[in-house]
Amino acid sequence: MEALVAAVIAVMTSCGVYLMLRARTFPVILGITLLSYAVNLFIFVMGRLTSANPAVIGSGATYPDPLPQALVLTAIVIGFAMTAFVLVLALRARAELGNDHVDGNDQMSINKYLNDDHHANKKGEGRSL
Amino acid sequence: MSHWIIAPILLPLFTGLLLLIGAGWGRRIARVVSLASLALLVGVDVHLLTVAAAGEVSLYALGNWPPPFGIVLQLDRLAALMLVVTGVLAFFCAAYAAAGRDGPGDSLHPLIHLLLLGLNGAFLTGDLFNLFVFFEVLLLASYALLLHGGGPRRAKAGLHYVVLNLAGSALFLIAVALLYGVTGTLNIVDMGERIAALDPADRPLAHTGGLLLFVVFGLKAAVAPLYFWLPGAYAAAVGPVAALFAIMTKVGIYSILRVYGLAFASDGAGFAGFLSPWLWPLALVTLALGVVGVLAARELRQQIAYLVIVSVGTLLVGVAMNTVASLSALLYYLVHSTWICAALFLMADVMRQQRGEMTDKIKSGPPLQQGTGLGILFFIASASIVGMPPTSGFVGKVGLMQAVASPLEAIWVWPALLLTGLLTITALSRTGSTFFWRTEGEPTGDGRASASVLAVIGGLLVFSISLSFAGNRVLPFMDATAQQLSDPAAYRRAATLFQPVPEDAP
Repeated sequence: MEALVAAVIAVMTSCGVYLMLRARTFPVILGITLLSYAVNLFIFVMGRLTSANPAVIGSGATYPDPLPQALVLTAIVIGFAMTAFVLVLALRARAELGNDHVDGNDQMSINKYLNDDHHANKKGEGRSL
Repeated sequence: MSHWIIAPILLPLFTGLLLLIGAGWGRRIARVVSLASLALLVGVDVHLLTVAAAGEVSLYALGNWPPPFGIVLQLDRLAALMLVVTGVLAFFCAAYAAAGRDGPGDSLHPLIHLLLLGLNGAFLTGDLFNLFVFFEVLLLASYALLLHGGGPRRAKAGLHYVVLNLAGSALFLIAVALLYGVTGTLNIVDMGERIAALDPADRPLAHTGGLLLFVVFGLKAAVAPLYFWLPGAYAAAVGPVAALFAIMTKVGIYSILRVYGLAFASDGAGFAGFLSPWLWPLALVTLALGVVGVLAARELRQQIAYLVIVSVGTLLVGVAMNTVASLSALLYYLVHSTWICAALFLMADVMRQQRGEMTDKIKSGPPLQQGTGLGILFFIASASIVGMPPTSGFVGKVGLMQAVASPLEAIWVWPALLLTGLLTITALSRTGSTFFWRTEGEPTGDGRASASVLAVIGGLLVFSISLSFAGNRVLPFMDATAQQLSDPAAYRRAATLFQPVPEDAP
């Protein structure tokens, strides 16, 4: 079970980091969300993995550590609020800057436009501006 | 168990909420409430400072659960010092805003109080997870403060700032979870004890957790190479917010002192000084890159933001030396640089409004309307940040240079600090002469600052300069604070002596 959970956390973290390095705000936010899922799972696992074992004293021979569960709850709530905030901020930035590039200057589409222009000129078709 | 310890958290919380509820009461009432609450807060902070100056570590157990099981607030000299620095800074920033510069909208004052809630909580808490929670509180308030006023430049800087800090929060949680996983506690003092007695097989995990925490605190403190967000963010914020943010980098430095001074201080497990190989190069690189930024900046606000990074580098040099003398000098420098950088940001805001289209670009433009008064203030602040006698910057830098433990350290520290001072003086004298002497055309006629605005800036400078004139009282306090920080046993003693309030007490 430990290996499986560790693999899940690893995959989610790497996907999250990959998405966070993208140039558009929406993938970045998705990346943050995935990363926070991975982190929440990680905190939970730090209370050690057991199965069919409620976190209540006296309900069984042993009981799992309840503290990481409380911590995870706090982390989920905070992460949720932050995601909502960053989504609104990304929408605002899109409205203010006119594009959804994280740096606000949409160099990618400018390059694409220039390349297209270049191609068009080479073929001798020209482009009316 | 004195209930005063929790007052610096509750007071801004309730004031912030009151101001949010009373958003429709008009700006005048909001200003009065805000300033009155901040004056009260400074009073409470000073009371706590006198309590802490007696030398005891006082604990406040929330919910009456004794440490290390419950969450505790912990008042020591360092926490009390940070509270006072923050309180005074916030009072002056709010006073500056209240002098007609708190628009647009009426959200600035409540946000300042919510930021204070997070800051004061982070300074007082003795619990690592609680530190995370208060970090989030202060960050959320700071996101909104940074965006205050709107506009594309703030939206872009804000997006970078928020995303970076969310990534930082994720790292913080991983580090906290790792440390909890190996030690089974979140109380910082208790964690120190358990790390000292850690099973050798678990030490690499604790080591990883410790270094991850350093990345998080380094991001908050804007240590190289994690400082790229700072100049854009600080230069985009409105004047009073930029000034208030002067404390934000210091929260990172404070957390480094707190966590590595208490949780990772044990010699037994080989954790004492495990940060030093990282701290030295990072401190010197931060200093160097900060100075390059100061020289290369094209706008005054950006230049001051780089001065903040230089001060972070200087503080890190003090952390890296890690002796009682260097800690004492570092704390003195921390107070000085917070207030001076804030005063510089407020000045830049006033000057910017008097230069018409040139705003704060470092190019010749129309003469300032209040050139004489602003020039004198700018000169005093520049002399202090550079470190000329008799200002507080001089005392702080000399203290740091005297704190070197070996000739080898002196070879690195002295040239670094002295060259930084020289290059900063070059850059600031160029800025000053461009703004005040190399002027062209007629004054623009708008943006004249009222006497109260100039008085607020002057007041902040007076506070900062008085650090050097009241040195005979300030320096022994800093020494005692450094002494207390280097003695984790005192904190353990406080925890064992702690008595919960009896059940039947009124």
